Amino acid sequence: MNKHHTSGTCRTTISNLGVTLGKNVILYEIDFTLNCGELTALIGRNGAGKTTLLKALLGEYPHTGTVTFHTPEGKQRKLRIGYVPQQINTEHNSPVTVYDLFAAFLSARPVFFGKKKYLARTIAAQLALFGVEEHLDSRLCDLSGGELQRVMLALAVFPVPELLILDEPASGIDRNGLVILFQQLAQLKKDRDITILLVSHDLPLVREHADQVILLDKTIIAKGTPDEVLNSQAFRDTFTYFAQSEVH
Amino acid sequence: MEYLYSVLETLLPFSWVKFDFMKNAFLAVLLLTPLFSIIGTMVVENKLAFFSDALGHSALTGIAVGMLLGIAETTLATVLFAIVFAWLLNMIRRTRAVAGDTVISVFSSTAVALGLVLLSSQGNFTKYSTYLIGDILTIRPQEVGMLLAVFIIVIPLYLAGYNRLLAMTVNMSLARTRQIPVRFLESIFIIMIAVAVTVSIKWVGILLVNSLLILPGAAARNLARNMKEYHLWALCFALASGFSGLILSYYYSFATGPAIVLVNAAFFFLTHLVKNKIRR
Repeated sequence: MNKHHTSGTCRTTISNLGVTLGKNVILYEIDFTLNCGELTALIGRNGAGKTTLLKALLGEYPHTGTVTFHTPEGKQRKLRIGYVPQQINTEHNSPVTVYDLFAAFLSARPVFFGKKKYLARTIAAQLALFGVEEHLDSRLCDLSGGELQRVMLALAVFPVPELLILDEPASGIDRNGLVILFQQLAQLKKDRDITILLVSHDLPLVREHADQVILLDKTIIAKGTPDEVLNSQAFRDTFTYFAQSEVH
Repeated sequence: MEYLYSVLETLLPFSWVKFDFMKNAFLAVLLLTPLFSIIGTMVVENKLAFFSDALGHSALTGIAVGMLLGIAETTLATVLFAIVFAWLLNMIRRTRAVAGDTVISVFSSTAVALGLVLLSSQGNFTKYSTYLIGDILTIRPQEVGMLLAVFIIVIPLYLAGYNRLLAMTVNMSLARTRQIPVRFLESIFIIMIAVAVTVSIKWVGILLVNSLLILPGAAARNLARNMKEYHLWALCFALASGFSGLILSYYYSFATGPAIVLVNAAFFFLTHLVKNKIRR
């Protein structure tokens, strides 16, 4: 897996993005820039539109405004997105293994024809980067939340995307698993120059690892370094209210 | 066909092979059970069991529409109706305005009721009751040929799209980010189920057709450690229950379709009992 850019000057620019579903305005006037090699954390109360913003970037929801990607040379081109979903369909007893999952995305030969040695080697090497190579033949439904997350991350960055999107990586993972995940993301942005955008509720980890924090409530109400946003009035307003509403 | 018959008589030295209707039924089972079990594994993975059941029920209206329009070959009318029905149902399911199982149930009940009203209005409903349980022993050589044609069209299509369908099963959004045309593939898959289910209605019956899709996959899931084993087991269970059901029904004179389903169900319960021991 090689770096796709050697300098950190490529960027993704989101301008005036808005999402209206039916008659409901979910998001409006969203403007921000994601620099390559940086991790941006999206925070906000439940229902603030975080997942909607990710889905709009993924092209699932129609949106107004523009999303553009510029290479280090300043050329504009189509953005390749890697995605780690919040949940995947791993029903109890489902026989899909980690190999089957990767092969389904990487090969045209029906996975039920059996394993191909060269493909198994490639997949194992990719899994090894995230410390989960021993799970090549494990069924997805037998993995822990943390292991599954790392498998999905290994898949999302194979091939290397320009933008990696993670939706609430905390769900189903213990704190230890989350710490490992953030360390791996930090390594990824450093080594591969990938732009990372994630939704997270773990503010201490966000403070430690994020380069940029965006506080969302239908639009951006605070944006900047973790210190700037986590000490802002908008942040206090949102999370004091949030904490109170949780109690009552 | 005569050549095929003589091959069967040479290969299978049993008394039942003497009868042409048994040979036809044997060939039909040889085509139907693998087709259903292979597609069925994906139906089970996608949790579409209820959906495919509704498709089977829609056949009743398809048959009635065919009768009213005077289409002598009701299979064509049934297949066309099932495709439209499946497409409509899937479109409404996608909007998620109503819970998936509720909307499927509404469609399924409507199709059954409409079919019954239309068929009973002709005055002799009993004529059509054979569609409810089916009779594979009445299949004619040209109908076996039709099953072969469906098999030859559906299986390569399914194999070509299989990995992408599996990717969609894991997560739709993820599949989309990998440039998989999810809507298109979903429609093709649903049409495949509709065609497979409706062309077989006459032989396995509306009430039991879904069992042929679901049971081999469900039993195979109890044992499989990966997708290869899943398909191999499903295929084995489907063929084994198909042939043993056919032969049991010959010797004990009960309906063939239910016999096949019962053997399939026995495989499910047996594998359920031993699954933890075998998988380790």
